[in-house]
Amino acid sequence: MTIQLLDSHAQQTPDDDLSFSAVVCRGVTKEFGSGDTVTVALSGVDLDVSSGQMTLLVGESGCGKTTLISIIAGLLDPSAGEVHVFGEALHQMRGRQLVRFRAENIGFVFQQYNLLPALTAAENAAIPLIIGGEPRTSAVRRATELLDAVGLGNRAGSYPHQLSGGQQQRVAIARALVNEPRLLVCDEPTAALDAKSGQTVMELLKRVAVQPGRAVIIVTHDSRVFGVGDRIIHMSDGRVERIASAGKS
Amino acid sequence: MNWVAFRMLTGDRGKYLGLIFGVAFATLLMSQQVSIFMGIINRTASQILDVRDASIWVMDNKVRFIDEAPGLPDSDLQRVRGVPGVAWAVRLYKGQLLARLPDGNSRSLIVFGLDDASFVGAPAEMIVGELADLHRPDAFIIDKAGYEYMWPGEPYRLGRELQINDCRAVLIGVCKASAPFTTLPVLFTRYSTASTFVSKERRMMSFVLAQSVEGQDDEEVCRRIEKQTGLMALTRDQFFWKTVKYFLGSTGIPVNFGITILLGFVVGAAVTGQTFYLFTIENLRQFGALKAMGVTNLRLVGMILLQGMLVGGAGYGIGVGLTALFFIGTSPITHLAGLHMTWAAVGGTGIAVFVIITITSLASIHKVLVLEPAIVFRG
Repeated sequence: MTIQLLDSHAQQTPDDDLSFSAVVCRGVTKEFGSGDTVTVALSGVDLDVSSGQMTLLVGESGCGKTTLISIIAGLLDPSAGEVHVFGEALHQMRGRQLVRFRAENIGFVFQQYNLLPALTAAENAAIPLIIGGEPRTSAVRRATELLDAVGLGNRAGSYPHQLSGGQQQRVAIARALVNEPRLLVCDEPTAALDAKSGQTVMELLKRVAVQPGRAVIIVTHDSRVFGVGDRIIHMSDGRVERIASAGKS
Repeated sequence: MNWVAFRMLTGDRGKYLGLIFGVAFATLLMSQQVSIFMGIINRTASQILDVRDASIWVMDNKVRFIDEAPGLPDSDLQRVRGVPGVAWAVRLYKGQLLARLPDGNSRSLIVFGLDDASFVGAPAEMIVGELADLHRPDAFIIDKAGYEYMWPGEPYRLGRELQINDCRAVLIGVCKASAPFTTLPVLFTRYSTASTFVSKERRMMSFVLAQSVEGQDDEEVCRRIEKQTGLMALTRDQFFWKTVKYFLGSTGIPVNFGITILLGFVVGAAVTGQTFYLFTIENLRQFGALKAMGVTNLRLVGMILLQGMLVGGAGYGIGVGLTALFFIGTSPITHLAGLHMTWAAVGGTGIAVFVIITITSLASIHKVLVLEPAIVFRG
């Protein structure tokens, strides 16, 4: 495996064509608190993420990667700067418009899976379709097909507590992909898993999630899975420290 | 998303049943206590409502409630009869007397002395015997509960005798009558017979029962009677509420029942509120995930309200059902006669449960509304 250093500058050079990349961040700053207690989580981050690639966002705890992914996913508003996702100015969206954009364009994979314990694997995976207004029966049928693709076709009727951590995360991946989002954001998807399960989940993401027209951003500090990513963005102290491309040789 | 809300609610069966139990317990306590309270308060004036053949009660103008009516001179009967708009007027005695049974035991009785000719104020329904037999010497009719109190466990047998003020009284019938507040036997006899039972009193007539001429307004006729005689004249409803208000204002009954009903509300609200709130807190990450995935705040509010309504509806239904079972189970008990589940209690409890669920849901809704969806990215 080789990792090619693309840019050793503290920040990425801005790209003037905002519609070229799937995700474009320009001067994104995020501050929490106010007055003397203000904490700067992100400090003028510039970033481009391309479609058809798996981009890993890595760094020490507290470096701002979760804040950045939250802003890219439209879950947090930046204090300053611009965020464009597939050409849409996310930082200007508010309320229902933002909620609808998330529902239609973004899939989520969480560290703690966040599956609803009262629903079966298929029902959990069907939730984004149901949020989008699809009837329950057809949504569950489509979700079951996707569960097949992630190797859980025979566990569609199982409840989360009947599944292992790795299996639950695969259900979460099926849920994230079921409505075919253009952007998939994953927060520490392997953190709660053992090494083997973590590797399986990452390979599954690479195989199922990465497609032309879809950008995949994964926050991780698990160096064992760095090799799966196409691009690695290293963060430190709320800034992009360097960007590297990774590939298997 | 309604089915998701339903499955989230019922997924943890223990908490779900706990929530329903909280609402059911509150409903049971409130509806049962309100029903009993209304029944007891109704008993204080039930004998007024039992008199269906006269719509106006005339009495001393200082009377506060039915059991506190000083005697009127017989001349007042004629004065009332002389008021324009009065179709007819008859006298009524009501008092509490002591009766001695053949076995030597004594029992207090509520005695009604009815107009000898018309029997106005007589019980509407006889169980055993004929009302007309009241014309016989020393005859009396007793209410069902009174018979069972006087002769417990014995079958109905007419001809039984009592001694009231050393006068013979003969049972000629058993009737249905609303239970009085004091649960004493209610005895009906002729006015002339009652006068032999009562110790020597110059004035024995407790009330004048009157009826307006057809087409005349009862309240207007009452005003005329008051103006012309200086007595107090009230319609049946007015006298009922005057008696009820006396008991509400002068006894500890409303306070006692009020405390129990309030406790039912508070306990129900506390149990339900705490469990429902904890249920929301435990599902906060799931709500956050739904928010992140594109569920609007409005939809989440709808989900929580649906969960609240399901819990409230099920708990309320069970609670009301248990209250109904309680009253069905206790209906054969004579001393509890007249106590039953009232629509007012069911409706009032429903409103209270609605308030409990609303308060409970609001706390949870607030928690979810202020929830940052980014919480799902915090491990």
